[in-house]
Amino acid sequence: MHEIFLDELKKLNARFMEMGVLVNDLIDRGTRSFVEHDKKAAQQMIVEDKEVAKEAVKIEKKALELMALQQPVATDFRVVISILKATTDLERIGENANSIAIETVRVKGNPRLPDVEKVISNMTHQVREMLVQVLTAYVQENEKDARQMVLGHAKVYKDYKNARQMIIDGVEQEPDAAVASASYFVIIRLLERISDHIVNLASWVIYKTSGELFELIKPDPKEK
Amino acid sequence: MTNVMEAKNVKLKYGNFEALHGISLAFPAQKLTALIGPSGCGKSTFLRCLNRMNDDIDDIKITGEILLEGKDIYHSHIDLVALRKKVGMVFQQPTPFPFSVFDNVAYGLRIAGVKDKELIEQRVEESLKQAAIWNETKDNLQRNALAFSGGQQQRICIARALAIRPEVVLLDEPTSALDPISSSEIEETLMALKQKYTFIMVTHNLQQASRVSDQVAFLMNGELIESGSTQEMFLSPKKEITNNYLNGRFG
Repeated sequence: MHEIFLDELKKLNARFMEMGVLVNDLIDRGTRSFVEHDKKAAQQMIVEDKEVAKEAVKIEKKALELMALQQPVATDFRVVISILKATTDLERIGENANSIAIETVRVKGNPRLPDVEKVISNMTHQVREMLVQVLTAYVQENEKDARQMVLGHAKVYKDYKNARQMIIDGVEQEPDAAVASASYFVIIRLLERISDHIVNLASWVIYKTSGELFELIKPDPKEK
Repeated sequence: MTNVMEAKNVKLKYGNFEALHGISLAFPAQKLTALIGPSGCGKSTFLRCLNRMNDDIDDIKITGEILLEGKDIYHSHIDLVALRKKVGMVFQQPTPFPFSVFDNVAYGLRIAGVKDKELIEQRVEESLKQAAIWNETKDNLQRNALAFSGGQQQRICIARALAIRPEVVLLDEPTSALDPISSSEIEETLMALKQKYTFIMVTHNLQQASRVSDQVAFLMNGELIESGSTQEMFLSPKKEITNNYLNGRFG
């Protein structure tokens, strides 16, 4: 009987990881399409985002089924619950990546600020690396690495604040870039949100491995 | 939190066979402690030590201490009847005596020498109410207890145990012979009674343990593997083997 549960759990874990890879790819494509002004790639991506949502529903269904029919407790319970909760965060990350693609379509053809786009590229790189790290920590049940995500997020948050100032300065010097700047604001905010969801993922890794449930300390968004 | 009972390094031997290898466990007042573990792990043997039900077995040797309100119940000065007045017991199969509900519940009081009819009547009613069986028996108090359903019989037995106002009630798989509805009624009864009594329950029903207990002790092969609050045990047990047992991976 328990082999069946463990087997199902293995499949569920594999699905979750696949979804993670898919979402990571979306972040890359979303920002790349923006920086490379590739409207077509962005449009293609908007269509594909529905796949992530579908995959999330499949994972959730399976996890709920395991909860109801196998009634796991203790460690097994934590594993299933963390997948269930982490899937929501992963799905949100996918949605945020998709919103970046939508900005690409919106801003196409308007004057841009290359320096800001460079910062956006860097932030994207950082966020993607964090996602890979947190998913690896998830698989390896590495609580220590999961806790490191707070540092990564602090860096993203700092970049976010700097980028905001850069955009303001940039649009002052080049008022034609106002339309693009509106999108820049949205995108840096989305990247910061993605990073925030990654910290949530990290807290699910910690819950899964140790049973400790708490919110990892993040920078206060109200702080100027 | 005060402990009503406490076992300290309790070992039990049947001849040369050691069935309990030194169990230490405290039972906090007004809490329900569930003893869980695979068949033959020693949980019922341990439970029966708590009111000296194993004493009459041939060639048995029990060492260590079991303190009830600070006094060792295995001390030679202890009066067994007095001990069992303080530590009541409810068994797996409902065991009503083959006479009326009233006489069943009054039995312990009469044994204890209570003569006051009014007091007995009052205690019988109170105990039946506490065991949540009053409404079903109040018009049939003279009916033979065996004429009631299994679930009702078990609650009559709980009322009988409560009538003498024990400190601790031992429950040996109290619902395993009952259907889910009767079991759930017993569970509700226990939840309400926890305000007043301390319960120690052996159960194979892990969901039941998670629902009604405050503390869980997991025994295996005569040893206490792990104990802790029910939340801790069912969410984050410290040992892998506890997790495996709770998820039905053996036993």
